[in-house]
Amino acid sequence: MRKHRQALKNARQEMHTFRVRSLVAACLVVLLTGALMARLVYLQVVQHDVYITRSENNRVRVEPLPPTRGLIYDRNGELLAENRPTYNLTLVRERVDDIDASLELLIDLLDLPDAEIEAFRERSRQRQRPFQPALLMSDLSEEQIAKLAVNRYRLPGVEVEAQLLRYYPDAEIMSHALGFVGRINAQELKQLDPGNYAGTHFVGKTGVERYYEDELHGQAGLRKVETNARGRVLRELGRTDPVPGKNLTLTIDKDLQSLAVDLMDGRRGSIVAIAPKTGEILAMVSTPGFDSNQFVTGIDVASYRALQNDIDLPLFNRAARGHYPAGSTIKPFMALSGLVEGEITPSDTIYDPGYYQLPNDSRRYRNWLRWGHGKVDMERAITVSNNTYFYSLAHELGIDAISEHMHQFGFGEHVTQDVYGESTGLMPSREWKRERFNQPWYPGETLSVGIGQGYLQVTPLQLATATAVLANRGHWVKPRLAKSIGDEEVPVDLPGTKDDITIAKAEWWDDIYAGMENVLSGREGTARRAGEGLEYRMGGKSGTAQVFSLGQDEKYNADELAERLRDHALFIAFAPVDDPQIAISVVIENAGGGSSHASYLARDMADAWLLGNDDKDADDDTQGDDG
Amino acid sequence: MTALGDLTRSLRARPVRPPQSGMSRRESLWMRVHLDPWLLLLLLVLMGAGLVVLYSASGQSMIVVEAQAMRLGVALVVMFVLAQLSPVTLMRWAPLAYGGTLLMLIAVEVMGDVGMGAKRWLIIPGVMRFQPSELMKLAMPMMLAAYLGRRQLPPRLPDLLVCALILALPVVLIARQPDLGTSLLVATAAVFVVLLAGLSWRFIAFFSVLIASALPLLWMNMHDYQRQRVLTFLNPESDPLGAGWNIIQSTTAIGSGGLFGKGWLEGTQSQLEFLPERHTDFIVAVLGEEFGLVGMLLVLCLYLLIVARGLWLSNGAQDSFGRLLAGSIILTFFIYVFVNVGMVSGILPVVGVPLPLVSFGGTSSVTLMAGFGILMSIHSHRRLLPR
Repeated sequence: MRKHRQALKNARQEMHTFRVRSLVAACLVVLLTGALMARLVYLQVVQHDVYITRSENNRVRVEPLPPTRGLIYDRNGELLAENRPTYNLTLVRERVDDIDASLELLIDLLDLPDAEIEAFRERSRQRQRPFQPALLMSDLSEEQIAKLAVNRYRLPGVEVEAQLLRYYPDAEIMSHALGFVGRINAQELKQLDPGNYAGTHFVGKTGVERYYEDELHGQAGLRKVETNARGRVLRELGRTDPVPGKNLTLTIDKDLQSLAVDLMDGRRGSIVAIAPKTGEILAMVSTPGFDSNQFVTGIDVASYRALQNDIDLPLFNRAARGHYPAGSTIKPFMALSGLVEGEITPSDTIYDPGYYQLPNDSRRYRNWLRWGHGKVDMERAITVSNNTYFYSLAHELGIDAISEHMHQFGFGEHVTQDVYGESTGLMPSREWKRERFNQPWYPGETLSVGIGQGYLQVTPLQLATATAVLANRGHWVKPRLAKSIGDEEVPVDLPGTKDDITIAKAEWWDDIYAGMENVLSGREGTARRAGEGLEYRMGGKSGTAQVFSLGQDEKYNADELAERLRDHALFIAFAPVDDPQIAISVVIENAGGGSSHASYLARDMADAWLLGNDDKDADDDTQGDDG
Repeated sequence: MTALGDLTRSLRARPVRPPQSGMSRRESLWMRVHLDPWLLLLLLVLMGAGLVVLYSASGQSMIVVEAQAMRLGVALVVMFVLAQLSPVTLMRWAPLAYGGTLLMLIAVEVMGDVGMGAKRWLIIPGVMRFQPSELMKLAMPMMLAAYLGRRQLPPRLPDLLVCALILALPVVLIARQPDLGTSLLVATAAVFVVLLAGLSWRFIAFFSVLIASALPLLWMNMHDYQRQRVLTFLNPESDPLGAGWNIIQSTTAIGSGGLFGKGWLEGTQSQLEFLPERHTDFIVAVLGEEFGLVGMLLVLCLYLLIVARGLWLSNGAQDSFGRLLAGSIILTFFIYVFVNVGMVSGILPVVGVPLPLVSFGGTSSVTLMAGFGILMSIHSHRRLLPR
């Protein structure tokens, strides 16, 4: 009985203990649930705005719609730069089970170079959300696409994506004039408008593609899309269409450009042709050229190094950036300066014994003809390219006046509207020499400049421009490459055009022209052989630019000099004299002797432009090049 | 003499069969089928609500909803069957259930099937494969309640040592699988039994300190993925695309739901698959996003009512075994809810605990409903015992 009561008492006590404990437990349950509820209130009420924004950002993605890049045509509507659909290989990391095995297989299938893999790893690190595809390789070949299609089941997460890619049908001919586009690099990324370039992978790197980047690129559009976590687009919520880039029509004539390349025949140098009245650059050739299409898809390191280290500098735009001594081509401009300054009249003569001596100086500055031309007036001085006459003129003018007048023709200045990266060349002056060398100007240096040597450096583009201004009777029209941008014609008069060159007597122009016409047509003309059978009036001037300076009384012997040390051959020309349609400059590096080489090229260019002459002598030699 | 001797004796002891004639007049139909109508109603409401959310969370898949309904049906049958067994029977079978499950855990250790990086499954070829650790969630509190129910309460030190042994064996085995979450939950169920039995506050304080000081030891013995989970919990932004993704997306889902939610099937986080494991462990985020704070509070209240009813029923039990077992079952149930909601809303680290009776999944639903069956059995068989 006692035991039973004991048990009962125990049972009651145990029940009591349990009551207390379960009450404590109930309190804890309420407390913990309260904590959960507090957390929910915090998330759903207090922080609601933060999270609703986050979920919207998750759901809604703004996708850039890159504009289509404008096309580029030549003046006759021939396509020079187009956009071609190409196929890229992309990879979504999250869908790939074993990334290394997949890459291994791709390397095997497609012969991917290591550099591509490294670049891919870098790109895939930079992506912003899971399931965002990263570019693995661009411009797949048909064969590669087929291989991928066959092996698709082994490559989850690997996709082939279509994209428009720039293509230059006549890359080798147009390379320097057009320039090219390439993948946007880190430095460019900082400078470009991130909104407008969000979906764009390429940007103009040089040439027209660079100068007219803004016009060609267009305005990016965007679309708001709803995506799921895998990045798959479910529906479009809104869109702004992109504005495609403007088409560009160039002043370049593809046929003339192509002829110029043929005429150069693999030699290093440049040909520039300008329409004097409109400033249109009809041809701008720098040889050798290169295949600019390589740069679009991304050139591999070995090929790039080969181009860069090529002794012929194919990547160097000689037309706009090549510095050459003007040689005797400077003489017509010198003559005009002398007339303007009143130092000479067309009829003044000097006697040329074959050399010139500064007063109180024993040094003899030689004429190219050892025994001299005898009695020489201005016209004859130009025609026979007499040095003595121009030594004397240069001495009388002095470097300050020469510099001033040469600047009027654009030497030492940027002359064009839109040639990317054009150089100013170098028109030396007293101030320049003091700044550069901290030395005074010596009278002998003036004589060198007077015959286009010494410190004077000009670009082929400047020579052609100055010739155009000369042919235009001093009227400046800014040379340009763009004929029309979109529907808008580029006006002939552009802001920033240099002042016209005005002279006291208009017939002085004709006196200069007469000298230049005789270069090709006169009995004594230095390029009379190139002028044989001219069907129109053409003015020209030959020039030889020394690469290797000769000592006093040393005789020049082309055969003894290494090829790269030979003189450059130069020629400037314009035609027809009474109604100039084309102004040309020709530079052939290390050709030796201006009249014998460069003048024929100028003649062929003028013939092609003025007579529509398709019978090219050069065609036969260069057929293999075009292929 | 020794505690172990008592244990073996208690295993052999057979309780007296209650007389069948003692039914009172007030015995309702519910008592005769051994069910508690209130608890059953609350559970059915919860299941119904769960299926509605699941339809949305599964990407509107009727197949998933039907499969889950089937499993809940099975779970209800299991509950009903267990409710018919008297607590006396349960008490008698407890050692066998515990011992059998322990043997199976050892079998898993020796020859278990490896799935998802852990040895958890036992396969009976051609019949089924299941996780013995899941069974232990019930077998453990049953065993402890059966043991302590025979002892004088509050338990004294020798009893506690036996309890510790009963607890430690399976917990260590499960933790070695490795399945830290389940082992902690099994331990929790065991600890509740001991706490409810009246473990002195001094002991509670002592063990609290002991556990706190053991935490660094636990950390050192953790697997890398477990450590990663804890680290990610502390700072989800440290790995937003990897381990932190889950928690960032689930808090975003809940937070963006606001007061009234985005509407059923309208949750962008869940419908557009930003939410991971949205129809299993993270289903509560779907609820929070689509039904807002209001929906969350309603469901939490539903859980609170279930827990309250469960505690009420356990207080009505007639012997220590019933009370301790019922109390442990219902408190463990609450812990599941707390851990799951706490994890999804970002106040607890990510552990693989489903939301009871709402998350898609058969095993856990069946175990939970079996627990409720036991609870109802304890409640509905009480008058059959001698006064």
